Amino acid sequence: MNPVFEIQLIAVLVSVACALPGVFLVIRGMAMMTDAITHTILLGIVVAFFITQDLNSPLLIVGAAFVGILTVWLTELIHQTKLLDKDASIGIIFPLLFSIAIILITRYAGDVHLDTDSVLLGELAFAPFDRFIVFGMDIGTQAMYSMSIILVLLLLFIGFFYKELKLTSFDPLLAASLGFSPILLHYALMSLVSVTAVGAFEAVGSILVVAFMVGPPVSAYLLTNRLSYMLGISAGLGAFNSLVGFQLSMYFDVSIAGMIAVITGLTFMLIFIFSPKKGFIYEVHRKKQQQKSLKKALENRSN
Amino acid sequence: MENEQIEKTTAIRLNQLTVAYEAQPVLWNVSVNIPKGRLTAIVGPNGAGKSTLIKSLINLIKPVAGEVDFIFEQTKDENYGNNKNLVAYVPQNGSVDWDFPTTVLDVVVMGRYGHIGWFKRPKKKDKALANEMLLKVGMADFKDKQISQLSGGQRQRVFLARALVQEAEIYLMDEPFQGVDAQTEKIIIQLLKELKTEGKTIVVVHHDLQTVPEYFDEVILINRELIGSGPVETTFTKELIAKTYRQNQTKPWEEE
Repeated sequence: MNPVFEIQLIAVLVSVACALPGVFLVIRGMAMMTDAITHTILLGIVVAFFITQDLNSPLLIVGAAFVGILTVWLTELIHQTKLLDKDASIGIIFPLLFSIAIILITRYAGDVHLDTDSVLLGELAFAPFDRFIVFGMDIGTQAMYSMSIILVLLLLFIGFFYKELKLTSFDPLLAASLGFSPILLHYALMSLVSVTAVGAFEAVGSILVVAFMVGPPVSAYLLTNRLSYMLGISAGLGAFNSLVGFQLSMYFDVSIAGMIAVITGLTFMLIFIFSPKKGFIYEVHRKKQQQKSLKKALENRSN
Repeated sequence: MENEQIEKTTAIRLNQLTVAYEAQPVLWNVSVNIPKGRLTAIVGPNGAGKSTLIKSLINLIKPVAGEVDFIFEQTKDENYGNNKNLVAYVPQNGSVDWDFPTTVLDVVVMGRYGHIGWFKRPKKKDKALANEMLLKVGMADFKDKQISQLSGGQRQRVFLARALVQEAEIYLMDEPFQGVDAQTEKIIIQLLKELKTEGKTIVVVHHDLQTVPEYFDEVILINRELIGSGPVETTFTKELIAKTYRQNQTKPWEEE
């Protein structure tokens, strides 16, 4: 496989894998949590690296997932005291854990490939250099395989627990009263978000992971009234943004991740303005029509 | 007289139920029997612990002390946790996000999830039942509508339909009449009375004092502690209502 194809394949895999759990984060009003998790998992990776001294150890993913859940748990702990709002709690925990990771890297791991730039922005162009070699045979890039596994995990999880995820997202009180533990599903989802973020951010960096997890789901939210369609549209939009972004980045010779993030923002803006049922133009038009009909009704009454 | 004794067996038994979120108890030492097959109103001022009482019955809030037993017809097991399907809970309709991407029918089918169980998908039978209940609450034409398009009264009717598909023995409803139109109120109370004739037990958190005698058989007056409970004719008296809504409540937990 040539690197150009491989990069696009990785970008599509990552964007689809991020879009799926992203849908549930968005409908649960937790979009900002993705921002926090995609950064704080670095602490888990760093600590796991110090223990194993191996950048390819699976323990890195375990550590990252653990810190991801820790992030959710800590913010909720602070929020539950009712002393701070949810966004304020995220604003405290996220920089705290993230900066501890940065300090650890700069102090103790300066000579290892764990630099802060690649953490934030990633480098899709380098992804094809990490090969997956079995019995001396090169069978593709590592990212391709790790993201495929994560994607399958996500599809299985959402496939099996679709009904439960929908119920606990919409009405956690009813869910609890019917015996579907909202807390259990919440943390299962958050663990998967963390695992997805780890797999994704190695290839594309945490900024693009946030763009992937939030952009396509909020765009899809403006296009449909069904959760199942929202999942499909999000995945499709994620893949579309990746491919278009990649082509344009080649054309303009700029950062691939940066261009994909820009396209993600642009497609959202377009959908936000032109969406037939929830778009900006539709809303303005609807309000005008409403005013007109109300005025007419008033005139009729006074006549 | 004897007939009435049999009829008025207990559905839910509360024994010294005490709930506290922080230092101060929200509910203090509430012991009361909720009768089977009757329409019971829980009445009290804002912050009296009405919603808390309902939530603590079904473990949505863990009580600090006290016990709750459910007496079911289908089983001798009095533990709620083992018989969740026999109790239908209707939360306040303001407690969910009505912009959620889902349809009216979908929301009603959610009431079947307890019967369907983990992993499995809703079957035709579940959807048919949901459609039937939507017809009952007068919302059949709205089944494919997105839920954000509903008015307050329509939302409450959807919630009621969702509880009906649970086919429970006991219905716990948190302020079902809040912010609904007159037509919806009529439909809801008519359906609740219908449930009662089927032998179901209905417990409703209610805030409109004027309609209590017309709608309910039994009343539980609370203001953090139990003020009174029993049939509306004997319990819903001026004195007890005044006592329930008295401004300066004593703090029984501070007396020694």
